[in-house]
Amino acid sequence: MSGTPLLSLAIWVPILAGFVVLATGSDRNAPLARMLALSGAVAGLLVAIPLYTGFDVHTPAMQFVELHSWIPRFNVNYHLGVDGISMPFVLLNSFITITVILAGWQVIGSRVAQYNAGFLIMSGLLNGIFSALDGVLFYVFFESSLIPLYLIIGIWGGANRVYAAFKFFLFTLMGSLLFLLALLYLFVQSGGSFSILDWHQTPLGMTEQTWLFLAFLVAFAVKVPMWPVHTWLPDAHVEAPTGGSIVLAAIALKLGAYGFLRFSLPIAPDASHELSWLLISLSLIAIIYIGFVALVQADMKKLVAYSSIAHMGFVTLGFFMFSALGIEGALVQMISHGFVSGAMFFSIGVMYDRAHSRQIADYGGVVNTMPKFAAFFMLFAMANAGLPATSGFVGEFMVILAAVDHNFWVAFAAASTMIVGAAYTLWMYKRVVFGPVANHHVAELTDINGREFLIFVLFAVGALGMGLYPQPFTEVMHSSVNELLRHVALSKIQ
Amino acid sequence: MTLAEMQFQIPDLRLASAEIFMLLMACTILIIDLFVKDQRRTVIFVATQLTLVGAAVVTFATGSGEIAYTFSNMYVADLMGDVLKLLVYLTVIIVLFYSRGYILEREQMARGEYYVLVLFATLGMMVMISANHFLTIYVGLELLSLSLYALVAMNRDSVPATEAAMKYFVLGSLASGLLLYGMSMIYGATGTLEITEVAGRLYSGQANQTILVFGLVFLVSGIAFKLGVVPFHMWIPDVYHGAPTAVTLLIATAPKLAAFAIVIRMLVNGLIVMAHDWQTMLILLAVLSMAVGNIAAIAQTNLKRMLAYSAISHMGFMLLGLVTGVVDGDARFALNAYSSSMFYVITYVLSSAGTFGMILLLARGGLESDELEDFKGLNKRSPWFAAVMMMMMFSMAGVPFFVGFFAKFSVLQAVVAAGYLWLAIVAVLFSLIGCFYYLRVVKIMYFDEPINTTPIHAPMDMKVLMSANGLAVALLGIFPQALMSLCAFALLRSL
Repeated sequence: MSGTPLLSLAIWVPILAGFVVLATGSDRNAPLARMLALSGAVAGLLVAIPLYTGFDVHTPAMQFVELHSWIPRFNVNYHLGVDGISMPFVLLNSFITITVILAGWQVIGSRVAQYNAGFLIMSGLLNGIFSALDGVLFYVFFESSLIPLYLIIGIWGGANRVYAAFKFFLFTLMGSLLFLLALLYLFVQSGGSFSILDWHQTPLGMTEQTWLFLAFLVAFAVKVPMWPVHTWLPDAHVEAPTGGSIVLAAIALKLGAYGFLRFSLPIAPDASHELSWLLISLSLIAIIYIGFVALVQADMKKLVAYSSIAHMGFVTLGFFMFSALGIEGALVQMISHGFVSGAMFFSIGVMYDRAHSRQIADYGGVVNTMPKFAAFFMLFAMANAGLPATSGFVGEFMVILAAVDHNFWVAFAAASTMIVGAAYTLWMYKRVVFGPVANHHVAELTDINGREFLIFVLFAVGALGMGLYPQPFTEVMHSSVNELLRHVALSKIQ
Repeated sequence: MTLAEMQFQIPDLRLASAEIFMLLMACTILIIDLFVKDQRRTVIFVATQLTLVGAAVVTFATGSGEIAYTFSNMYVADLMGDVLKLLVYLTVIIVLFYSRGYILEREQMARGEYYVLVLFATLGMMVMISANHFLTIYVGLELLSLSLYALVAMNRDSVPATEAAMKYFVLGSLASGLLLYGMSMIYGATGTLEITEVAGRLYSGQANQTILVFGLVFLVSGIAFKLGVVPFHMWIPDVYHGAPTAVTLLIATAPKLAAFAIVIRMLVNGLIVMAHDWQTMLILLAVLSMAVGNIAAIAQTNLKRMLAYSAISHMGFMLLGLVTGVVDGDARFALNAYSSSMFYVITYVLSSAGTFGMILLLARGGLESDELEDFKGLNKRSPWFAAVMMMMMFSMAGVPFFVGFFAKFSVLQAVVAAGYLWLAIVAVLFSLIGCFYYLRVVKIMYFDEPINTTPIHAPMDMKVLMSANGLAVALLGIFPQALMSLCAFALLRSL
């Protein structure tokens, strides 16, 4: 397999497929557009699979590296490569793309080609973010991935979609522009290199590190999103079509967290240690406060959106305790959240497609009319609440274990949210699914069809597989995480 | 002095053959037009385009890449000049293709004078670009400006156009006055108007500093006016809005290249010793322009007016590259900084041509289509042209993979390398604000329902060119290296 530019394929196959789908044009060719989109998504996953099978778990070095000169004027390179931290996300993203295309199969009736093309192109760009090893290349993918999601929310979204699309775009752009300046500053400091791996070695004083860390923090905190810059997420989720919500929750949120691992920790290790109290506090606020906010939501999508913020709080908490257990737990949590939140949004989408409401109060007794759906929904609600044997449990448990090592009260605060998390998810589940049939809309619901069943199975395999046997995931991360920790432990102040 | 001692050197005409060719052709076309019966003026159109192509050939053939002076050092031929001239021809060719349909629908504009005036404006730009003397700059500038005043007023029954022309003329004359006054002070301080000579005398320190600084202030004000940066920007929105769109398209594109050239000629070639003084002034102008341009653009409902404010902010951003050339008397960043500005202005012209071209594409039957509302639901009327316009908007907003990103990137890189971090932060914050109104255009095209559902009718050549323009914005955004190094190389060989 060596010599095949696998990462380039993982990036460009979906993007090219996207343009092919776009070329089918008007809605007369919608069935063709759907078939092409699905083939493109499947092809995207197929070219990504060798990344896992050919992955060497024993080395922390970058693998499948591709290095070509791109803009010699600024020493910018087309430099790709993955390690144990980024490789799982390329796979996750390629996998999620298939579910997203399937999720919009019957629901999206207008401008089908553009819709599917948007997701395929975004999938390629997201793969690019996870595999870029050049600062500018990373930034270019990072920012251009905003365009498809902006259009998807704005064109196929709900009533308040324009507001949500603008808020999403401008919030993220605000963060990424400061990030761009940080990249340019590093370019100057490192003597003219945009290579992220070079930057890991660049010595920096405490003041520089602090400013860089804060610039990274703004960019990534918005993307994660962390409290208090999380407000765009509930709006974006509520207004986005189901597919948009799935990608947003499953992949887009991971970009911020991934950025912390790729940029903040290794480039500014001293500042990371110095400011870890800040990040831990913000994470705890996200976990506890946002957990309670989720409890009072009347809109199901908003509830899951807030629960996403709380779950991502676990991720950032895990990172900033600087232990292998914490970081691996956080990574597991990220992937698990990709499956679980994706599935949760899909479940809500299934109900919304039928009853055109996301309000909890409009439902009740769904189990009577949709028993198969209720079973799947139960599984994912449990996973969202962190029930053992589901993937949600593994990550949170690892992070909490790491937190006990770090500081008992941090662990106590974080663990207490297992209860809140269970409360808001299961209470929502109870109100929506159980009880007598609430109204004639619920009575008219029809159970899931084959396509929806297939999507649920795909998500369930991911969520349960990771919960029962997480080792294939943790195994690939191990040496990369240890290498990262070794970096973070070394001071860069000279 | 006897007659024999008065040496008369025949200037090396070969160096200026492109200008001479342009002048002769413009006059010839004016005469041919007397005998043309065709209402559509096809012959004139073709002749004009061929003239521009011919000028490009001449420029290409005579350009040696070496710096050479002629006309008693009033004229300079160098690589930067050649590159900018070739881009000016290209831009004017595109402008004429885009404008063709528009002017044919307006009886008063569909005349030979339109083409002749465009050619004279082009000649003015060429003279500006190749000037090595303050008076040559002035002559070129006036030739350009007078042609543009006439072009703006050409649709003479239109009240807004006449008003815009009047405003443009009065304020433009004021700016020319400022510029001349500044030049006279430079002359008073140094005793010469020849740019390289001015630089030499300043270098040897034999100039009156007070007069020089006063002169510089007037000079910079004049330049700021022509570039349209705050606080000398008042004419931009009115002229962009009031002028016939075909003329707005011309004003918004090629003259920016020429204006960039005279900034380099005057400030860098001539007054580099005073870099500290003019850089401070330009920083102020740049920050004000980005602030006013980006904030005022949000409030506009007319696309031409919005783009006018956007032009103000873009010129402010372009100035950022020029203010970072010399840091603490150290000019080692100069090439990097000036070439980033050059790249910026070229890419701006490219996307500006595309956006105004799109307004022309939608205009039909003698009606304008320059309100934001006219773009509603464009995605349903024509997905491809909506996509092209979207690319232009994202490029102007500085979002990758479009060329505008690398323009902003290279300027910001120069600013950060020179150590002006605060300036870079100000610049990105205003770009963030600016992003809002570009996104709004995308929103109008993609999220709103169309008011007018008629499909787009446009000549095939225009459609093809428009598509090429959009693809160029995207392709240069993916492969910016060639253009970037061309800018750097041209400046390296010319400074």
